[in-house]
Amino acid sequence: MTPAIEVADLRKSYGSLEAVRGLSFEVERGEVFGLLGPNGAGKTTTVEILEGYRRRSAGQVWVLGHDPEVRDRQQQERVGIVLQSCGFYPRVTVREAVEHFAKAYPSPRDATETIALVGLEEKADTRTKELSGGQRRRLDLALALIGDPELVFLDEPTTGFDPAARRTAWGVVRRLKELGKTVLLTTHYLDEAQALADRVAIVKDGRIVAEGPPDRLGQGAARYRVSYLSNGRRVEHQTDDPTELLHRLTRDALARGERLEGLEVTRPTLEEIYLELTAEADAI
Amino acid sequence: MSPFALAWEQFRFERKLFWRNPSAAFFNFLLPLLLLVLIATAFASDDDELEVLIPGVAGMGVLATTFTALAFNLTLLRDEGVLKRVRGTPIPAGAYLAGFIGSASLNAFVQVALVVVIGNLAYGVEWPRDPLLLMLFTALGVVCFAALGVAFSHAIPNEDAAPAYTNAVFLPLIFISGVFYSADELPRALEVVAEVLPLKHLIDGLSEAIVGGSGDAAGAAAVVGAWALGGLFLAVRFFRWE
Repeated sequence: MTPAIEVADLRKSYGSLEAVRGLSFEVERGEVFGLLGPNGAGKTTTVEILEGYRRRSAGQVWVLGHDPEVRDRQQQERVGIVLQSCGFYPRVTVREAVEHFAKAYPSPRDATETIALVGLEEKADTRTKELSGGQRRRLDLALALIGDPELVFLDEPTTGFDPAARRTAWGVVRRLKELGKTVLLTTHYLDEAQALADRVAIVKDGRIVAEGPPDRLGQGAARYRVSYLSNGRRVEHQTDDPTELLHRLTRDALARGERLEGLEVTRPTLEEIYLELTAEADAI
Repeated sequence: MSPFALAWEQFRFERKLFWRNPSAAFFNFLLPLLLLVLIATAFASDDDELEVLIPGVAGMGVLATTFTALAFNLTLLRDEGVLKRVRGTPIPAGAYLAGFIGSASLNAFVQVALVVVIGNLAYGVEWPRDPLLLMLFTALGVVCFAALGVAFSHAIPNEDAAPAYTNAVFLPLIFISGVFYSADELPRALEVVAEVLPLKHLIDGLSEAIVGGSGDAAGAAAVVGAWALGGLFLAVRFFRWE
C-alpha cells in the first residue's frame, strides 16, 4: 500500500518569504507522525498544503495517493481536519454541530459516541458560544472525527488545554492509532510528540533538521553525558560513544585506586535535542 | 447524500440559525415593516404616495435581506473561520452556498409578501396587479442583490468593519433610489446615479407588478439583470474561504 502521506521537496513562498524550503517526509498508514518545531517554522503552512487549503510553490505532495490541490469530494470524506483556529456556528449546541457535519459524510460515526469520545458528553446540549477554549478544541476534534476518517490532521490540537483535557486528547489520539488511523500531528509541546508520535520530524526555518522515533531522535546531534564527582566537584564529559569513554574513565580510576563517586550516564532528552537543533545560530 | 440533499440540509440548518438570532430576524423583517408603517401613517395621506411607498419598501426589503445580510454574515463566517471549517469537509462549495444564500432568498420573498399584505390590509392598497411579474422581479432582485452581497463581502476586511461597510451602501442607496418618495423628485445629479444603480430599477419593476402603469418593465429588468451578471462574476471570481 502507498504511504498515507508523501511529501517530496515541498516549497512554499509568500512573496519573497520562503516559509517552506524543501521539506520531504513520508507517513505510513496507521502511523502517528509528529511535526515538531517552534512557531513560524513552517509546520502549519505544510499541513495546510496537505489539507488542500494552500497551493504549493514547488515539490510533490500525495495524500492518500491523491494530489490535495485537486479538490475531490471522495478524498475529503477520508480526511479529518483539526485546524489551528477555526470557528463554529454560534447559536447551535455541541450535538447540533456534530450532527450537522455528520450529514456531509457517507458513513459517519455515531454523534453521541463521538461526543463522548472527546469527553464532551456533559456539554452536548450547551451552545458552542458558551464553551471554554479547551472544550471548543475538543469539539474541533469531534467534528474532525465525525466522518470516521482514515487520516486525521491535528494542527496543535491541545494548545490552551488544561492538563486533564490534554490527557483526554492524548487518549483520543492513542485510540485513533488503535483503530488503525493515520495521524499527522503538529505541536510545539515536546512531551506531546514524545507521548504520541511513532516518528517525529523537527522542523526549523522550513526545513526538517532531524527525523526519527522520539527516543532515537538526534543521535549524533546531541551527545551522551557522563559525569562524576572528583574532589566534590562534578566533572562532565560529552561523547558520541559512552562505551569507550566509560571504559577509559573506569580503567584510570581503578589504576589510581579511586572510585568514581556519583557516576551518571545520561542520554540527552528530546527537549535538549530540540533546543540544540532549533537554537538560533546567531545566539551562540 | 447528493449535493442537492446537502444543499437542502444546509438550507434547513440556516433557517434554524436565522431564528436563533433574534436581532438579525428583527432587522430582516421588522425594521423595514416598522419604517413602512411609520411613514405610511405619518406622511402618506393619499393613494399615490402609498403606491410609491409599497414597492419602495418591498425593494428595500430585498436589499436588506439579501445584499446587507449576506455581505454581513459572510464576512462574519469568514472571519470566525466557519467557512474554512466547511471547506475542510466534503460539503461541496455549491451545496453550502446554495443552502446559505437560499435561506436569505426566502427572507426576501417573505419580506415582499409581508409588505404587500400590510399595504393591502392596513392601507387599502390594491392587491398586486400582476402577481407573476411580482414573483419574477423579486426573484431577479434576489439574484442580483445576493450576488452583489457575496461580492461585496470580499471587500470587507473584517467582521468589525462589516456594519459600517454595509450601511455605507445601504443607506445612500435607499435614499436615492426612491424607497420613501418618488425618485423623480431628486436633483438631476442624484437621479443619474440612481439610474445607473440597480435598486431604483428593481423598485420600478416591483411598482409595475404591484401598481402597474409606471413604465418600462423590460428596461428595468435589463439593468437589474446586468448587475446580477456582474455581481455573480465578482462573487465567484474573488470568493475567499478564509
